Formats: sequence, C-alpha cells, structure tokens
Amino acid sequence: MASTREMRLRIRSVKNLAQVTRALETVSASKVRRAIQANDRTRPYAERAWRILTDLARQPGHQSMHPLLAERDEVKNILVILISSDRGLAGAYNVNIVREALSYFADQQTPVSYITVGKRGRDMLLRRRRSVVGEFSGLSANPTYLESAPIGQLAVDEFLSHRADQVYVAYTEYQNMLRQEPVIRKILPFSVPEPEQGTVVAEPQVKSKLVFTYEPGQEEILHEIIPDFTALQIYKAILSALASEHAARMVAMRNATTSAKDLVSLLQLDYNKIRQAGITNEMLDISGGAEALAQASA
Amino acid sequence: MPIHCEIVSQDRIVFQGDVDIVVVPGVEGVMGILPNHSPLLSTLQYGIITIRQKNQEEYFTVAGGVVEVTGSQVTILANAAENVDEINIQRAEDARQRAESSLKEAGAAKPEDQAALQLALKRSTLRIAAVQRFRQRRTR
Repeated sequence: MASTREMRLRIRSVKNLAQVTRALETVSASKVRRAIQANDRTRPYAERAWRILTDLARQPGHQSMHPLLAERDEVKNILVILISSDRGLAGAYNVNIVREALSYFADQQTPVSYITVGKRGRDMLLRRRRSVVGEFSGLSANPTYLESAPIGQLAVDEFLSHRADQVYVAYTEYQNMLRQEPVIRKILPFSVPEPEQGTVVAEPQVKSKLVFTYEPGQEEILHEIIPDFTALQIYKAILSALASEHAARMVAMRNATTSAKDLVSLLQLDYNKIRQAGITNEMLDISGGAEALAQASA
Repeated sequence: MPIHCEIVSQDRIVFQGDVDIVVVPGVEGVMGILPNHSPLLSTLQYGIITIRQKNQEEYFTVAGGVVEVTGSQVTILANAAENVDEINIQRAEDARQRAESSLKEAGAAKPEDQAALQLALKRSTLRIAAVQRFRQRRTR
C-alpha cells in the first residue's frame, strides 16, 4: 500500500486539476455567451439582405438565372465546408461533426472534397485520407466577418469554376448549453426558399409593388449580394459552431471537475485509513515496548 | 422632410437615423439621394458615404455593398462600413504595411490568402485616405 506521503501528493495534484478544469469551465461559459451575441449581431444585415433578395426574386424579368442560383443537372463534385475547432478538450464535439459529415456523404458515388475550418477536423479528415482542398485554422477567439469572408469567397470561386457543383456547410448548431446538433446544409447553388425562422421580413407588401431602377443591372446586383450572403451564412455557421464548441467544452470540464472531486473523496478515505492504520501500528509498538520494559525491570 | 437611412454591415448596424441627404459611391458614379428618390437598387464601390443631418455631416467608409432606395428609406448593405471618426489611423496604417509586405514576399502563398491580402490592402488604403481627407476638414 502507498505511503501517506504519496497519498497526500496525489490528493493535492487531483485537487489542482479540479481547480484548472473549474476555471476552464467558467471561461467557456462566458465564451458561449459572446459567440451567441456575435451571432445575434448579424441579424440586421441578414434580414435586410434577405428582403432585397426576395424583392429581386419577385420582380418580373428575373428569369435569366444567375449562375449561383442555377441547380446543375449533373453533380460531379461536392464540396463540404467542415467547421471544427482548433483545440480539443471539448468532449465529443469534433468527433461528432466529422462522423456526421462522413456518414452523410458515405453512400454518395460523387467525389467529395473538403474545406476545413479548425485544425481538429482537418487532422481527422487527413487521417482518413479525404481530399482537403483548403484549410482555415487559427481564427481568432472572436472571429469577425472579415476573417471568414475569404472562406465564402473560396466556396463561390470553386462553385463558379465548376470544380464543385454543390457546396455544403457542416457545422454544429448551438441549441442550448446541453444540446448541440451537427447540421449539414447546402449553401450553393443558392436557393431563395422560405425565410429562415426568426427572420422577420419587414413590410414586403409595400416594396414589391415598387418598380426599381437597377444600376448596373439585376444580374450584377445579385452577383454582389449572393456571395456576401453566402459568406454571411458561413460566418453564422462558424459563430454557432463556436458557441457549441465552448458549450461542449464547458460540459466536458464540468464532468471532469465532478470526477476529480469524487476521486479526491475516495483518495481521502484511503488516506485516512492508511494514516489510522499507521497510528494503530505505532501505538501497538509503543505499548508492546512499554510492556517489555516493565517486564524486564520487574 | 427627412429620409430614413440605415447603414448595416455584416456584424452590426453602423448608422441609423433620419437624414437630409445621403451621398453614396454608386458603381456608376457618386449619387446623392434626397427624400422621395425613385426606387433604386445599386451596387457600391469602395468609397465614402456622406450623410447630412441639419448642416452636420458624417462620413463613413464602405468597402462595396448594395444600396436600396424606396420612397422614404435608404438601406445600405455595406461590406466593412465604419464612421470615419471611429477609424484608428494607427491600426489602419499597420494593417496596410502588413498587407503590403506579406503580399510582396508571398509569391508562393495560397490563392485564398492572396485574395484576402489584396482586399485587406484595399480596405486599409481607403481608411487612411478617408481619415486624411475628412478629419482635417472637420478641425478647420
């Protein structure tokens, strides 16, 4: 059995560990909030861009399809933007999204290539020998739109140059502190579907009656808005994934703190036993010695 | 009668309020938008947005975007819009130097990085020019 000294050291190191994990938990909690707030701040732009897009779609004479809106008859290549984290210690966060993405496209005959955001996802894909055509890692802790805009640009370029016929984004959607869902969504070709939930389309009835002058033309305006809107969707995905990452890390750290505490109490119990046994032994020695002395002098 | 103007960039509302005139860098030339302007959708160039409210002018840099004008409302969807007064000249200067030097040495860099650098260079140059032109005017 271990000595009391070794036990004390072990208890102390586990206690330190618990302190570290508790600190990480607190940090992650505040980062979750920040990522959610950043996501909320994109809403005004998203709403207005959406309104203009739907206005444009409703105008007569938009029949000539913009290339970014056109579904391709034959899908020869698929591009997936996979959003993971740079750092681990986040429970199953990275594993979940990579597994989801791989299984989603597993039964496809079409070749799938990836653009990765975050080191973890990149490493996991490379280990499985998937083709990674671009990678973005080391985004700052509070990524700005400008940081993520090149990702959207790359996706649009790949699509327009016919190196990809469909572009998906795979990320972990934040639902609440305990729930994060891996989500895979098609972003290109861009479809003008029903408004996103929570996006209020303001006064469309007034706008759609107006006859707009277009400078330079509808095509060019679409060409300006759609790539930006695509990049914005990716930005929102990154922010949502970031919130999920921190939430996952927070839960992982909370579990770690709890197990560390359990371990400490177990160790403490063992330690007490050993200490008590030691004392009992010493007492026996002393009383045995005293007995022997008493007998000798008698 | 004022016109309601909103400048919205991807990550925030940059300006919101009733104004007398908005001057925007349209792709086919600079346009002044007064109340009751006819409905218009136009793309924007890199440039300066000027807003006048009762003889007081505000300037914003904009790195492209779209402007939508309806009878009583101007909505500007801007890429990276900033009030000229908010610009940190030191940071803009640093950003330009960083972009310039990494563009020079990065002949072999990945194309996606190159594009990002080009854009960064264009933005910081615009910011610096804007500050030089419009801060002076104000202090005079």
